[in-house]
Amino acid sequence: MREYVRAALLIAAKDMRIEWRSREILSIMALFGVLAIFIFNFALDLSPVDRRAVTPGLLWVMILFAALLGLNRSFAREQDQAAVAALMLVPVDRSAIYVGKFLSTFLFLVAVEVVVVPLFAAMFTVSIPLLMLVPLLLGTLGIAIIGTLFAAMSTNTRLRDVLLPVLVMPLLVPVVIAGVNTGRIIMDGNSLWQEGRRWLLILAAFDVLFFTVSVLLFDFVLEE
Amino acid sequence: MIEIENLHKQFGHHRVLRGVSLTIAEGQFLTLFGPNGAGKTTLLKIIATLSRPTRGHVRLNGYELRSDWTEARRALGMVSHQSLLYPDLTLHENLHFFARLYAVPDAEQRIQQVLNQVGLAHRAHDPVRTFSRGMVQRATIARAILHDPLILLLDEPFTGLDEGAAERFADLLAETARRGRTIIMTTHNLEQGLALCDRVAILTEGKIVYDAPRDAHTLDEWRAFYRRYVGGAHA
Repeated sequence: MREYVRAALLIAAKDMRIEWRSREILSIMALFGVLAIFIFNFALDLSPVDRRAVTPGLLWVMILFAALLGLNRSFAREQDQAAVAALMLVPVDRSAIYVGKFLSTFLFLVAVEVVVVPLFAAMFTVSIPLLMLVPLLLGTLGIAIIGTLFAAMSTNTRLRDVLLPVLVMPLLVPVVIAGVNTGRIIMDGNSLWQEGRRWLLILAAFDVLFFTVSVLLFDFVLEE
Repeated sequence: MIEIENLHKQFGHHRVLRGVSLTIAEGQFLTLFGPNGAGKTTLLKIIATLSRPTRGHVRLNGYELRSDWTEARRALGMVSHQSLLYPDLTLHENLHFFARLYAVPDAEQRIQQVLNQVGLAHRAHDPVRTFSRGMVQRATIARAILHDPLILLLDEPFTGLDEGAAERFADLLAETARRGRTIIMTTHNLEQGLALCDRVAILTEGKIVYDAPRDAHTLDEWRAFYRRYVGGAHA
């Protein structure tokens, strides 16, 4: 187990080191997020009441699309010189590769959210309470869990850039619905625990279920 | 020791391997010739646990590939025509990463040792993407031998190397073979393949059609076999 955790952490650290050097994934995702905020802001003329109703949805759409851009690159990096084959040769259960890639993807998404969520709040002049971190983190976990598995699946296909969003978006519908609903409850000033509990449970259950499935399936995803 | 028993691999209706059986003794260097599409890479990928056989068994040093994969993979090193390295990391960072994944004891010392062995100590802190093709291939073998594997799988390792780089690479392989490692190498170059190995097998249409010690024939006889089973272009 120690070797497994170590391998996963090493893979995540390696991804972060490469990203620190190239800034390829973070810059693309952050730039997309910023552009999306500006476009939404110019395109929609929202009253204060509308804003509270609409902004949670806009926020999740922006996060989802920005994530899809980064997810494609995350596994393409492993395929550049077939480095994933070297990882597969390591005498550790291959799901450790998944866990490592998932961790780095999650951290990249969080880093982008740290930049774009405050900007989003400023541009739409809405206050986003700290409590919003709970559904944001649970939802981001879900995006990273599903995204990492399907990025690995689609990376060897000719149509990977198109295929990944087509595969991932339908599966992430529950995350978006639950994320948007908890967002509305929080922004309306209602109690997240009393009114949003079932949405949070959906997010948490989604994460646990798909993380388990992904870990179990990953070996088959990688092998020919 | 590598024991391959009645190995089959099928992609849809396409049968790539059709009952390959081979036993390669410890310390033996086998060169595998075969035309494109014969199944050489698929065979190496199955031995390396990168692909599942449809049917059949492979044992590495007595370890069944499917059930004892930890021990089997620990014994394996692989070199292919792709580097299996991260171009954005330096060679040292790449080797350090893999050394830690393999839990290599005294990792720093071992990294220096393999860097000296492949003659790349002076470029250790340069990103791999700045290397020439020959240097990348030497870096590849540094990664493959880092954990001192008992078995080396080489999939067309000379692809893209100029004459000088190929010679240096061949010396490196010869030295590895002298250290008693079991090696399987696929190549299209008859002379290079024969110069290094002590046994030759020819794979055609997913079957081993010829298997003999290298010294069993003269170079001209091997050329004739090669032309008959593989084709004349490289003989």
